[in-house]
Amino acid sequence: MVESMNDARHALSVRNLVVDFVQDTGTIRALDGVNLDLHAGRVLGVVGESGCGKSVTARAILRLLDRTGEITSGRVFLDPGSPEQQDLAALDPEGRVMRAVRGGRIGLIFQEPMTALSVHYTVGNQIIEAMRAHGDLSKAAARERVVTLLHEVGIPRPETRIDSYPFQLSGGLRQRVGIALALAADPEILIADEPTTALDVTTQAQILALLRRLQRTKGVALMLITHDMGVIAQMADDVAVMYLGRIVEFAPVAELFTAPRHPYTRALLRSVPNLRAVPRERLATIGGAVPHPGARPLGCPFHPRCPEVIAGRCESEAPAGISPGEAGASCFHAMAETAHAEATA
Amino acid sequence: MTVLEVDGLFKEFPIRSGLLQRKTGQVRAVQDVSFAIGRGETLALVGESGCGKTTVSRCILRALPPTKGAIRFSPEEGTIFDVASLSRRALRPLRRHIQMIFQDPYASLNPRMMVGDIIAEPLLVNGFAAVRRQARVRELLDLVGLPAAARTRFPHAFSGGQRQRIGIARALALDPTLVVADEPVSALDVSVQAQIINLLLDLQDRLGLSMLFVAHDLGVVRHVSDRVAVMYVGRIVETAPTAMLYTRPRHPYTEALLAAVPKPDPALRDQASAPAGEIADPANPPPGCAFHPRCPYANERCRTELPVLREISPAHWSACHRTAELSLRGVA
Repeated sequence: MVESMNDARHALSVRNLVVDFVQDTGTIRALDGVNLDLHAGRVLGVVGESGCGKSVTARAILRLLDRTGEITSGRVFLDPGSPEQQDLAALDPEGRVMRAVRGGRIGLIFQEPMTALSVHYTVGNQIIEAMRAHGDLSKAAARERVVTLLHEVGIPRPETRIDSYPFQLSGGLRQRVGIALALAADPEILIADEPTTALDVTTQAQILALLRRLQRTKGVALMLITHDMGVIAQMADDVAVMYLGRIVEFAPVAELFTAPRHPYTRALLRSVPNLRAVPRERLATIGGAVPHPGARPLGCPFHPRCPEVIAGRCESEAPAGISPGEAGASCFHAMAETAHAEATA
Repeated sequence: MTVLEVDGLFKEFPIRSGLLQRKTGQVRAVQDVSFAIGRGETLALVGESGCGKTTVSRCILRALPPTKGAIRFSPEEGTIFDVASLSRRALRPLRRHIQMIFQDPYASLNPRMMVGDIIAEPLLVNGFAAVRRQARVRELLDLVGLPAAARTRFPHAFSGGQRQRIGIARALALDPTLVVADEPVSALDVSVQAQIINLLLDLQDRLGLSMLFVAHDLGVVRHVSDRVAVMYVGRIVETAPTAMLYTRPRHPYTEALLAAVPKPDPALRDQASAPAGEIADPANPPPGCAFHPRCPYANERCRTELPVLREISPAHWSACHRTAELSLRGVA
C-alpha cells in the first residue's frame, strides 16, 4: 500500500514557478505560478489538454527548456526541508550539479523513446554510458547491470537484446528501453511525459503495469504527465489538473473522480468517451477551445468556456491559487463551498 | 439497403531486398476481409497498429489497388459498381460519392488556401458555377458549426478542432453517400474530441450518411458506431452490433482489448490487464490463429488450424475455435 503523504519523504517541491517564452511577437507566459510536490513512493498525476503547461513543468524542473524559454521566478527544491536542500531553478542548466541531477537523481521518460535514444549506438552502450556517467562502475560490471535492468523492464532475452540497435525493436520494447535508460542511475524521482500515448492499447496496459511495479518496488516518486483521465485513474495517488499554465485543481485521486471541485475538471471528466455508452450517445462538451497561451483571458483563465461563470467577477478577478499540498480548486465557487463547510463545521 | 459490400478482400505488399530488389517475401496486410455497410449505418473497424484497418480503408478509396476481392459500392438504389476492378477513368464519376475525413487536421489542409476555397474545391472540380459554390460553402460552414467569416481566413488561424470541422465540411461538399473517416478524432484534445464526435453523430442523423469509422479508441467507437469489426493481423476476428460486442465479446482478442483500456475510475484499479507478448508481424504471422501466442485460452488446434469467421448468434460473428465453450468478459 502507498504510504500517506505525511509519512513519505518529500522528494521535490515546486513553488510559484513562472516560465516565459520570449518570441518575436511578444512574451508568452507558459507557467503562471505552479506549485507541486513529489513524495517518495507516491505518484503525482498531472493532467490537462495541449498548451496547459504540463510538459513545460517537467522541462523546467529538469532545466531542459529550449533557448526561448526561461524561469522568470519561482523555486524548484530538491530534498526540500533537509539540510541538503537545493534550488534547481537557481542552478546553471549546463553546470556540473544540474547534469548530475538530470538523469542521475531525476530520470526522465519521454512519449517517444527515440527522443532519448540515439540511432547510432546499441541499446546496451547507451544505458552503460548513462550508468557510468552517474556512478563509478567498470564497463563489465555496468554491462552485467544493464542485462539485469533490461530483464527487470520485461525485455525478453536481454543477453542478446543488449546488443540491438533501437530501430530493431518494436515500439513497446523501445519504450521499455526508454524506461531502463531512465532507471540506469537509480533515480529517486521519475518524470514520465505521456509515456504511453504513442503506444497501442494492449502495449499501453503492459507499460503502465511495468511503471506501477517499478515505482512500488523501488519507492521512487513518480510524476506522470498525461492527457488521459483513464491513465490518471489507474496510476495516480494525487492529481494536479492544469489549465493554461496554472494548477486549477489538486486532489487525491478518489476525491477528484467522485467529487471534482473545479468546473473544468467536471467538464473534462464528462467529456471522456465511455465504454458503457448507449449507442449514439452524445458526450458532454466544453464550448470553444483552449485559448492560445499568448491570448490568456483576463480574470480566471477558464471563464470564457465555463458553464458556471459568475458575471462581473470571473472576467476581471483571478481566483487565488491552491495552497501547496492541500486539496482544493482555484475557483470562486469551490472556495465559497470550502468556506461554508468550515463555517458550519 | 447495402451501400458498401467488401467481399473477400486481400492486399499484399511485396518485400524486396538485395541489389536487384527481388521479391523476397510479402506482407499480407489484409486477408479475406468481408463486411457490409447499410445506408445510414456506421461500421467501426478497430484494431491496433499493423492490423490492416487503414489498408482496408485505402483499398475502398482505391488509393491502393486490392490484390484480390470485390468492393461493391452502391451510390443509389439499383446501381452497383465494383470499385476493386474499375479502371481509374471509370472510377472518376464515382469518387464524389465516397469521401474521406483524415486524422491530422494540420496536415490535410493546404495552408496557402483560404478556408472557403478549400471547401469549394471539390465543387469546382465537379463543375459547380461560382454562385452555387458560394451558397454551398455558406451552407456547409453553418452545418459544421463554423462562422461564415471563416471563409476568407487561412487554416493556421484555426484550432485543431476547427480545422477538423473544415475537413468535414470539405468531405460533405458533394453530398457523399459514404464517408470513410480514418482516426478523425485521435489527434484532438478530449474536450474538442467530444465536440467532433457529437458533430459526426448529428450530421449522420441529418444527412443519412453511411460511415466507415477506422479507429483504435474503443471508447470513441462505442459512441459513434452501430456495428464493430475487430481486426487482428490482417483479418476480421469478430464483428457484432456495438453493444453486443462490448457486453459479450466472443473472441479472446476483443476481450483483451476491452480489458486493456485504462478505465476512468480509480475504484477499478489494478483490474486492467494486458495480454502477454507483442502483436504478431504480418510479414511472418504465426500458424493457425494469429492470436494464439498471446491467447490465454489457446490449445493445440489453435496452433495449427486457422479459425474461420462464423455466425455464432444472430449478427454476431467470431473467428475462434473455442468461442462456444468460452465465457469471455466484456464491460458490464
